[in-house]
Amino acid sequence: MPFKQLLIEGLAMGACYGLFGLAVVIIYKTSEVVNFAAGTMAMFSTYVAFHVITLYGFPFWLAFLVSLFFAAVLGVFVEFFFIKPAKNPTLLGLIVITIGAQLLLGGLAGWKWTADQQAFSIPFSYKVIYEPIPGFHISQWAIAVFVIAFIIVTFLFLFFKFTKLGRAMRATQQNKHAAKIMGIKTDRVFAFSWAFSSVIGVTAAMLISARTILDPDFMMEPFLRAFAAAVLGGLMSIPGVLIGGGIMGLLENFFGYAFPSWKPITAFVVIVLVLCVRPSGLFAKHYVKKV
Amino acid sequence: MLKVNNIETWYDLIRALHGISFEINKGDVVALLGSNGAGKTTTLKTIMRLFYDLKEEQPEKGTIEFLGERIDRKATDEIVKMGIGYVPEGREVFPELTVLENITIGAYTRKDRSGVKSDLENVFHHFPILKERNSQQAGLMSGGEQQMLAIGRALMSRPKLLMLDEPSLGLSPILTQEIFGIIKNINEKDGVTVLLVEQNVNMALKYSHFAYLLENGRIVRADKPDVLREDEDIKEFYLGIATEESVKGYKRYRRKVRFR
Repeated sequence: MPFKQLLIEGLAMGACYGLFGLAVVIIYKTSEVVNFAAGTMAMFSTYVAFHVITLYGFPFWLAFLVSLFFAAVLGVFVEFFFIKPAKNPTLLGLIVITIGAQLLLGGLAGWKWTADQQAFSIPFSYKVIYEPIPGFHISQWAIAVFVIAFIIVTFLFLFFKFTKLGRAMRATQQNKHAAKIMGIKTDRVFAFSWAFSSVIGVTAAMLISARTILDPDFMMEPFLRAFAAAVLGGLMSIPGVLIGGGIMGLLENFFGYAFPSWKPITAFVVIVLVLCVRPSGLFAKHYVKKV
Repeated sequence: MLKVNNIETWYDLIRALHGISFEINKGDVVALLGSNGAGKTTTLKTIMRLFYDLKEEQPEKGTIEFLGERIDRKATDEIVKMGIGYVPEGREVFPELTVLENITIGAYTRKDRSGVKSDLENVFHHFPILKERNSQQAGLMSGGEQQMLAIGRALMSRPKLLMLDEPSLGLSPILTQEIFGIIKNINEKDGVTVLLVEQNVNMALKYSHFAYLLENGRIVRADKPDVLREDEDIKEFYLGIATEESVKGYKRYRRKVRFR
């Protein structure tokens, strides 16, 4: 019976979307920029891991760390050279800037690593399958996804709740002006949140590419799904985006199983329907902002 | 303690501050008075360097000295570290943080944990209501409580100079009285110098040691509150005690201010 398989697989994919959605939400929360370059940034950093593994023969975990570090630098770089120079930008302007960054990075990746599809593997294969409970088959990959997602989410929760920097990030998000008055270096908070988001993004991207393929466009679809999950969750709330991601993965899997040719659009139809009923997403909290 | 010397601030092509100079001595409560658009808030924001985001050369002219050091080209967080606390107009608490988180954010620039702890006690001593509301979301509190929270938050950086922008804004007379009482307490017991920006001239004159009157970006009067209170013009236009026919008096006053 495929039901259980679809459930597990859908949840695992949903967790990936949710994780990647987190990358979008963290940036949106702190600086109200919808980062359309998130997918491409993650793709680029994944390629860096791929590069050091295949060319220099790095072991996977070392390559993973290199890639995380690169992702952090890339995040700060994009914030500093693309977002910051825009003085008093409009929302549309910011969106165009991030799309520009996306095109630039996509082009760079295509030029450096060609548009060929590569196989990127992580130590957790989706071909190795366990059966912990009779009838339930779960792949090594899915276990890794759940564990990593759990670690990251727990970490984020503790970080935002209990650390000084986490609190400063939340404060900056809610009132940048007041945060500055408190002596918070808001510039640094922004740079940090971009680095943070980029690191989470590349973690999700590696998990996704291990399940699918690696080419300069591989993150486009997952990014749109993750973005949809984030919108579903209200773009502001971390639990929201995770639930949104879960819903997204499940829907896609079940609906895709029933009507394979409609699989790519299911997610978006659901988004449109949800936004018709709750325009601010399922889990958005309302605080009217002063202009 | 704070010496502002001939500063100018421009909003694009409009000059909001036409060369303002004033001085604050340690331990005083100094009031900066004026009507809407006189430049009071702009003055405070200029001191805090909050226009730094928009342009580097800010203030465009003049110098600001705090404790003998120039701060008119310093970053905001350095100014906070040097000991200026700022309670912005309209409170501006962090709505989705709890009260306690809001207060601890105020100590963001500080490293000494024990000092922060004792200051927290001090804030709760001044504002017992904040201790009760400890874990409530700040956005859900009443205006007066939010104002208290904003003041408490600013106190957490252990400021030597506390700048308050219209603490009475939107509060009932009785709450205003309470807030001013607490400000007086902070000044006398904690030895914090206070710069008070107010539209409520009556109240401000009652609690300050020295007052400056701003009009159209210029300082038009500077004197002790007792003297200002007896001034005919101030009586008429700020305290609402009319002594002569208003329109004529207003014209005369306008002329007087313009030629100063």
